[in-house]
Amino acid sequence: MDATAKSFKDQAKDGLENATLQDALGKLGFGFPLLRQMAADGLPEFDALRDQGRDIKNHVLEHLDYYLERFEEQVTGHGGQVHWCPTDGDARDAILKICQEARAKTVTKGKSMVTEEIAINAHLEAHGIKAIETDLGEYIIQLRNEPPSHIVGPAIHLNKEQIAGTFRSHHKELDPDRSLEEVPALVREAREVLRQKYIDADVGITGANFLVAETGSSIIVTNEGNGDLSQSLPRIHIVVASIEKVVPTLEDACTFLRLLARSATGQEFSAYTTFSTGPKRPDDPDGPEQYHVILLDNGRSDLLGTEFQDVLRCIRCGACMNHCPVYTSVGGHAYGSVYPGPIGSVLTPALAGIDQSHHLPNASTFCGKCEEVCPMRIPLPKMMRYWRERAFDQGQDPVAARWALAFWATAARWPALYHFGANVMTRLLHFMGKREGHLVRLPFAGGWTRHRDFPTPERATFQSQWRKRL
Amino acid sequence: MTSSDDLPPGDAAPAEKRANVALFVTCLVDLFRPSIGFATVKLLEEAGLRVSVPQGQTCCGQPAYNSGDRKNAMAIAKQTITALEPFDYVVAPSGSCAAMISAHYPDLMRADIQWSKRARAVAMKTFEITQFLVDVLKVEKVDARFEEDVVYHDSCSGLRELKIKSQPRKLLSSVDGLHFKELMDEEGCCGFGGTFCVKYSDVSNKIVDRKTQAIEASGAETLIAGDLGCLMNMAGKLSRAGSSVRVRHVAEVLAGMTDGPAIGEPQPDE
Repeated sequence: MDATAKSFKDQAKDGLENATLQDALGKLGFGFPLLRQMAADGLPEFDALRDQGRDIKNHVLEHLDYYLERFEEQVTGHGGQVHWCPTDGDARDAILKICQEARAKTVTKGKSMVTEEIAINAHLEAHGIKAIETDLGEYIIQLRNEPPSHIVGPAIHLNKEQIAGTFRSHHKELDPDRSLEEVPALVREAREVLRQKYIDADVGITGANFLVAETGSSIIVTNEGNGDLSQSLPRIHIVVASIEKVVPTLEDACTFLRLLARSATGQEFSAYTTFSTGPKRPDDPDGPEQYHVILLDNGRSDLLGTEFQDVLRCIRCGACMNHCPVYTSVGGHAYGSVYPGPIGSVLTPALAGIDQSHHLPNASTFCGKCEEVCPMRIPLPKMMRYWRERAFDQGQDPVAARWALAFWATAARWPALYHFGANVMTRLLHFMGKREGHLVRLPFAGGWTRHRDFPTPERATFQSQWRKRL
Repeated sequence: MTSSDDLPPGDAAPAEKRANVALFVTCLVDLFRPSIGFATVKLLEEAGLRVSVPQGQTCCGQPAYNSGDRKNAMAIAKQTITALEPFDYVVAPSGSCAAMISAHYPDLMRADIQWSKRARAVAMKTFEITQFLVDVLKVEKVDARFEEDVVYHDSCSGLRELKIKSQPRKLLSSVDGLHFKELMDEEGCCGFGGTFCVKYSDVSNKIVDRKTQAIEASGAETLIAGDLGCLMNMAGKLSRAGSSVRVRHVAEVLAGMTDGPAIGEPQPDE
């Protein structure tokens, strides 16, 4: 998939014209908000928890170096190893090195957005190591060679018929006459195919929803149990996490756990919440022999101390996209980036550069729903505006739009001239459209009239009528 | 209109003691639907206030601000602050423009101590019309008649930045003959978004299409909201779709000024 954030408009159009996607988005935009609201209403202290979560994250971001070093001390103390990776390339190299030293042939993976960010699968494949996604959604899109379209539900853009087709074309060894019409049959088939792969894998890679500085633990939150199998069956467990995932204590982690599932899927708690602390100890019946943590920066520390720092509070629940009128219209692939929706519109410019992604922060109505539902109270619209300012300063937006804005802004700064010109325009438009009440076509406003009529103005501006009244 | 007799000095007070209110008419109302401005003036005058329309106002600067053009946004904000600061209150028939002044000007001006102070002072006395009537003037009901089934759309800025939710409903429910219908996802964005609707026209269309389908499904005869941008967007879409739902601003209905054509309806010669 060669989607980039630069071609947002074309990709959005594809999304708008994709009937299957529209059907899926309709369900998502209705279902998830409803479930989240019910979960929030069911917990009287939900908003107080959000404040608490925000405050903990703010504290951590002010002392990030301290908590990361505490975390490393704990991991090392338990016999694990932390790899500090300033860039995505460093993370890929570190992971590959661990896999090569273990002579790994296959790697099973739990669901992890940060491994999507560093594109680890292609890197391992290029070096002869097969990476197998084990989260059902991730497994499906891996077979289809597609990027995720949602950070929680990566295959949310597909319906069950498409998935059945994908399974039939990839699971050739299975009975071609089997029934794959119902969801449980699809789940069962994926489970059967994946089961042996866990056992065969040399390395298991997972992400982390949280890293606990106090104990050196990594926490994953899943509903399928695949992450647990990925991290406990292979000889080596690699946790890949970005630096802002660290939280001070286990108790703090619990604050976030109470917010995460409620915000994401409306569950009180996900089916599995698994803590990993170091490799197998002498008395443990099982567990990995090696425990590695890849700590990825990839531009995040550059955001500290800037107007974008707050975005590092994100716990990747996906509530912002579930509630976003733009995301639920165009789907995740339109964003051409690993992180879609409002959070992606703020994060992608930081990771890829605003010159590559100026559409993303601009393609928002600023309705504010994302900020309203964000469990970490990240002021996403405000940050999108800050990106717009940077894009504007760099001249990223189209020339015609800049000229129109400059013309309008100049007029708006000369009130007498503005009122005169406004009245001339209003009178003209009134004359053109008073009989119908609306204009079907309007010069320089094709963006409006392509889809809607333009209501005819009244006979003269308010200001001109008011002056006559005085 | 009945109001409590405490703050601010209303019609019981001698003229010179009445609060001076500046109408920030907003560029869209000025250009496209002055009757909303006159309806707002009527509501304020009936509450016993002296209303002025400062000539130094043009637009609140939001198009520049939201396009990332901070320099022009600041220039326009300074001009607007200067025009509005002599008054006791500033009232706008728009949650979006009122929020620009009351929620965003202080942030926009934060780098300049003097202007930041002036921005905060104006911000504190700026209100959207229904918010001003209910929260400041403590108005309980209006004297108007509108015998129609209506739905109310909560425009995003007013709802989320100014917490305007109950105020318009409270006043509308006192209008004789008006009956509320239920609108699905009444807090959902209409897809206007200022320049968004022309810059990302296809996406905007999808959002407004969803909204107007919900409006149609509600069975309402008239759609009411507090922001002309959203109203023109929804009226334009309803009109294109051949819908018979009419569209009006909340101030028109509260002021009883609903004899003229609704937004997008033919305008007979006078």
